[in-house]
Amino acid sequence: MTLLRHTSTDIKPRKALTVNAAKTCQPVGAMYAALGIHRCLPHSHGSQGCCSYHRSALTRHYKEPVMAATSSFTEGASVFGGQANLLKSIETIFDVYAPDIIAVHTTCLSETIGDDIPQIVSKATDKGFVPEGKLVIHCNTPSYIGSHVTGFSNMVMGMVKYLSQTTENTPGTFNVIPGWVEPSDMRELKRLMSVMDLKTILFPDTSDVMDTPLNGDREFYPEGGTTLEELKATGDSSATFALGSFASKAAADALTKKCNVPAEILDLPIGLRATDRFIDAVRTTAGIEVPNSLTRERGRLVDLMSDMHQYFHGKRVALVGDPDQLIALSEFCADLDMRPVYIVSGTPGKAFETKVLERLEERIPEVKIANGSNADMYLLHQWIKQEAVDLIIGNTYCKYISRDENIPMIRHGFPILDRVGHSLFPTVGYMGGMRLCEKILEAFLSKLDRESPDEKVELVM
Amino acid sequence: MSNETPSLEDLKEELIAAYPKKVAKKRAVQIVTNDITEDGSVPEIKANTRTAPGIITQRGCCYAGCKGVVLGPTRDIVNLVHGPIGCSFYAWLTRRNQTLPPTPESENFINYMFSTDMQDNEIIFGGEKKLAEAIREVYENFHPRAIGVFSTCPVGLIGDDVHTVSRQMSEELGINIFGFSCEGYKGVSQSAGHHIANNQLFKHVIGRGTEAPEGKFRVNLLGEYNIGGDAFVLEDIFERCGITLCSTFSGNSSIDQFERSHLADLNLVMCHRSINYIAEMIELKYGTPWFKVNFIGPDGSAKALRKIAEYFDDDELRANVERVIAEEMIAVTEARKRFTPRLQGKKAMLFVGGSRAHHYQDLFTQVGMETISAGYEFAHRDDYEGRDVLHSIKVDADSRNIEELTITADPEEYRPEYTDLKKAREEAGMEFSDYKGMMPEMKKGSLIIDDISEHETEILLNKVKPDIFCAGIKEKYGVQKFGIPCKQLHSYDYGGPYAGFSGAVNFFEDIDRMVNASVWKHLKAPWAKGA
Repeated sequence: MTLLRHTSTDIKPRKALTVNAAKTCQPVGAMYAALGIHRCLPHSHGSQGCCSYHRSALTRHYKEPVMAATSSFTEGASVFGGQANLLKSIETIFDVYAPDIIAVHTTCLSETIGDDIPQIVSKATDKGFVPEGKLVIHCNTPSYIGSHVTGFSNMVMGMVKYLSQTTENTPGTFNVIPGWVEPSDMRELKRLMSVMDLKTILFPDTSDVMDTPLNGDREFYPEGGTTLEELKATGDSSATFALGSFASKAAADALTKKCNVPAEILDLPIGLRATDRFIDAVRTTAGIEVPNSLTRERGRLVDLMSDMHQYFHGKRVALVGDPDQLIALSEFCADLDMRPVYIVSGTPGKAFETKVLERLEERIPEVKIANGSNADMYLLHQWIKQEAVDLIIGNTYCKYISRDENIPMIRHGFPILDRVGHSLFPTVGYMGGMRLCEKILEAFLSKLDRESPDEKVELVM
Repeated sequence: MSNETPSLEDLKEELIAAYPKKVAKKRAVQIVTNDITEDGSVPEIKANTRTAPGIITQRGCCYAGCKGVVLGPTRDIVNLVHGPIGCSFYAWLTRRNQTLPPTPESENFINYMFSTDMQDNEIIFGGEKKLAEAIREVYENFHPRAIGVFSTCPVGLIGDDVHTVSRQMSEELGINIFGFSCEGYKGVSQSAGHHIANNQLFKHVIGRGTEAPEGKFRVNLLGEYNIGGDAFVLEDIFERCGITLCSTFSGNSSIDQFERSHLADLNLVMCHRSINYIAEMIELKYGTPWFKVNFIGPDGSAKALRKIAEYFDDDELRANVERVIAEEMIAVTEARKRFTPRLQGKKAMLFVGGSRAHHYQDLFTQVGMETISAGYEFAHRDDYEGRDVLHSIKVDADSRNIEELTITADPEEYRPEYTDLKKAREEAGMEFSDYKGMMPEMKKGSLIIDDISEHETEILLNKVKPDIFCAGIKEKYGVQKFGIPCKQLHSYDYGGPYAGFSGAVNFFEDIDRMVNASVWKHLKAPWAKGA
């Protein structure tokens, strides 16, 4: 196959060039996070193209309307600053789209100019563009630092900074910061918390925003999303469970600092042991007993892992995507006795490699890990060409490697542009673990069925 | 889902009622009722002006028009994006430009994305060094014959000179390297990027070739981007007619086609908005005449082929063209018979692009459907009202910053025989450098909306309830939540091809599939009120 015909086995060191990136830029993450606030309109402060590209990327992935506005910078705004544009935006948005809240994120353009968003917002308030009881929050998302995950993290931190409050109330709620996961995952996390009979504020929450029903009635602001009241009340919660240090730690720490809410920074609960740690942390922090139904749910996952072990054992896996997902997935793959040998994330951060190695517990001495600058799918493909793998787990772009090298792939992460299901069926928790096992097994066995010689095709497997 | 159309004229007031005063005033001149007079003239519409911030526009940026639209479909130029990672990432394979390299070994970089992944360090200290190094690394890894360098927003602000770096690296590496100052903030939409792409291709690529392909009737097809395989359909038609395709800008193209494009006998312009500049510049410098064609729809396709035959005034070509049209029309006629009863009387709205909102109307007409409202995302007045208004378009500050190349006839390569040929044909009534625009071909009283907003879209959907709405990915699912199918006319919803004759059949099938889909009957639960 010749889709990526110019990818050579010979790896030449690169310092400046990224080819087939394993990350994208901050603002798209901020936009996705902001969609998880009820009746919020995300706003991109920069050129029109940023907003257009981010909306397109999110829409292609979630297959849902993604509403967001832009400051529509022109050359003039780039010279004189974007204040006039943002003021006009705020006025028009509240007049026409009447959100409860506008969540502004910046772009490389407005960051390079140095626009001061809080100052502009206060000007908008002075001018009477922000109606009584309505809010404008913001976060800085310079595209030339970090990745889309950083942008998500920054917007969630912005929610805490602007909205979380401490009052006299002790509602006994627990905060869950889910990280950049699918609406289905957020729904599943809420279910797990409710199975444990805990009052939860999950934020942001894109379930019922990025997976809305089709019934002929368009809801411009869908039913879902964390409400402003809930976001304010996060400061009164008993504890925060931050899932994934890259996407959720900053907000949890900010909440500890601002409102003294203790935080547990955990891995994303993908796979058996990461879910175990999440459930156990909730159990000990909340001082509850884990309901038997949940323990039995866990048991079903373990049962599946045991039943299908022969097909997983020893399989070499390449993982590419976002750090929180990969940390959890590398552990889960190793727990299935697969060999996660190549692990690549474009998102920078020293903690990544340390964390992955910790989770692998010296089980995969041959593992190659790359992240940050020049850690891209081109490098991953070159590694695969040097020594092949049996499975690739990553976003849609892996399709090109998968087809060229005839290696099965599982779509996981962002963006998935060519399939459905990811936004509807979770991969977090024990149920998510079972779904991942099912998908991995299907990938291996359908290849075996397709490629075995006639005499070796098995009916029972 | 048939429905009474309320007066579109009355709608206009409602469309702008919620806006702040200044925004309403601005929008009022971008929304017009198509009051065609008896002499065929159409009202003026404001277009290619700034979008009101916050309005929720369909529009993208200059970079998207330059890198994404015009250069994106090329396969053997490495398109290196100088900037933070996102700009390159989002333009990576998302426009569905298909390409077919001649051999499995031929250069094909279309499935790759290249970026300098600019970091804060470069924002502060400048990114020229990193760009130069990235170009070297492209060369070491891929050995392309050409590299295009695309500027993103911060590049213009920090003052990186992509053109100088490109020239220096071109000297160092001995390959063609050229830059595009297509920062996202330039102009008011993708349109500025089209113009910049045209200019740079003209300066750095077109005219470098020395040999035209063999053939009696050599044409360039400009403004065809091979979405969903459209170009493959047209290539096949041309070949069967005996017309030689010298180059396509830029669907299924290669750089050697661009380089030799000045040697063709005729330029055909499909997407007037994005590529008319190259047609004009080639004519000025080399003498090649151009005319507008529309290969979307069987009528437009047949008309274009016949006009090409008339241009070359060749009986064999005429016969071939008629034979091919006749062959192709068998399936089209059969499909029209099959689909017209299922689609007759249905109403369409098209808000997309800079040509597509016009081109596709013919396809709807073919099966008895009517376009009641339409508008472009990034077109200019001439795309609405026709090129006759070109002289009266006021150039505003946003457009003035986009370079207009001064082109003169090349002393050696200008071919006066083509000027003579054009003159002769014009005397016989053939039109050149022509585009009549969308409005003259639309019904009197239809509603024309430039740069439609999400708010206006929703009012149209709520009040007029068209049977199908055509737009892009950002609009698609919002429209469908109303229970109205939305056809993407940028990506074709991953279907197509829709060009030529067989493409029309595909289109009819897809529209029938969408309009008459069973799912629309099941939106309400059986227990819901009024279900």
